[in-house]
Amino acid sequence: MSTPAFPTSEGDDGTHQAGLGPDGSHDGDAGTGHDRRAYRRHQVALAARDTVGVGMGYLPLGAAFGVLLSASGLQWWWAPVFSVLIYAGSMEFLAIGLVTGGVGLAQVAATTFFVNFRHVFYGLSFPLRKVRSGIGRLYGVHALTDEAYALLATRPQQGLTGTRVLATQILCHLYWLTGSTVGALLGARLGLDAEGLGFTLTALFVVLTIDAYRAAPDLPTLLMALACAGLALAVAPGGMLVLALTAFVVVLVARLLLRRRDGAAPAGDLGHHVGGTDA
Amino acid sequence: MPDAGQVLLTLLVIFAVTYALRLAPFVALRRVRDSAVVDHLARTMPLGVMAILVVYTLSTVDLTAAPHGLPELAGVGVTAALHLWRRNAMLSIIGGTGTYMALVAVL
Repeated sequence: MSTPAFPTSEGDDGTHQAGLGPDGSHDGDAGTGHDRRAYRRHQVALAARDTVGVGMGYLPLGAAFGVLLSASGLQWWWAPVFSVLIYAGSMEFLAIGLVTGGVGLAQVAATTFFVNFRHVFYGLSFPLRKVRSGIGRLYGVHALTDEAYALLATRPQQGLTGTRVLATQILCHLYWLTGSTVGALLGARLGLDAEGLGFTLTALFVVLTIDAYRAAPDLPTLLMALACAGLALAVAPGGMLVLALTAFVVVLVARLLLRRRDGAAPAGDLGHHVGGTDA
Repeated sequence: MPDAGQVLLTLLVIFAVTYALRLAPFVALRRVRDSAVVDHLARTMPLGVMAILVVYTLSTVDLTAAPHGLPELAGVGVTAALHLWRRNAMLSIIGGTGTYMALVAVL
C-alpha cells in the first residue's frame, strides 16, 4: 500500500489518520469501534516485533527454570504460579532454593529486597503514564522487568502508546510463562536430569555482570562488590547474600558521602573521578 | 518438601516485596527521585549486585574436594569469553553451561 494505514511508531505527527485523537496520543478514546480495534491490533503487532529478541531469551531460560523447579521436587504446576506471581527471572531461580530450603519469611523478604532493589530505579524513567487504565497501570508496575525496561524506556517516547507498552509487557510475560511451564512439564514427564542445569543461573549472572560493566565501566565498584561477597562468604556462609548486598550498599553510600565531604565533585561522573585524572 | 501453603506464603512475600520496589519510584516524592544518593546507587548498583549474585550461586562449591571447583571455573571462563567475543547472551549461557556439564560428567 502506498500510504501507511496507521501511524508508524516513530515520527508520527498524529494528524493524518482520520478518527484518531487530536492530541497525538490516540490511545483508543476516539474514532469508530472498527478503527480503534484495527489500530490496537497494529500496536500489538509492533509490540510483537519489538519482543522477538526477548522471546528468544525468555523461552529457553524459562524452560531451564521449569526443569530445575520440577527436578527440585516441586509439582510442575508451581512453575506457572511462580512465573505469574514473582516474574523476576533471577529471583524465581533463587526462590526454588528459598522454598525448598525452609528459609524463614524474614530472610526471604530481605533476600528479595536486595536482589530486586535495582527495580526501584527502573520506574524513574519507565513510560507508565502512557497507560491510561488503572488495572493496566497496576499490571505495568508488576511486569516491569529488566527486559521490559530495556525495550520501552530507551525508545523515543512520543510514538509510544499505552497499548503498545502493555502489549510489550504482556508478551514478555507470556514468553516466560510458556517457557517455564513447558520446561517443568517436560522435566517432570521425562525425568530430565537437571544436575548441572543450575549452572545456567551462574552463567546468566556472568552475562549480566559483563553487560552492566559495558554500560558503565566501573572497576572500583566491581572490586568492592567482590570483596563484600568474599567477606560475607567467610563470615556467614548461610546468610551470605543478604550480608554481602547490605555491606555493598553501605560501602557505596559511605563512599559517596566521603567524597562529598572532601569537597570533590558531588555525584559527578564516577569514571572520571575514580580514574584519578582529576586534580 | 514444605506443604503447599508454606510455598505459597513464601511466594506471596516475594511478590509483595518485589511489587513494592517496582511501585516505589512512581509514588516517591520528586525530591527523593532527584537525590544524589539515588542517582549514585542507580548507576553503581546493577554491576555490583550481579557480581555478588555470581559469587552467591557458586558459594556451595567445595574447593577442598575433587574436582576442586574446576568445572565451575571453566564454565564461568567460557561464559565470559563467549560473551566478550560475540555479545550474544543465549550463546554465552549455553556455551558456559555446556562446558560445565561436560566437565562434571568427565571429571
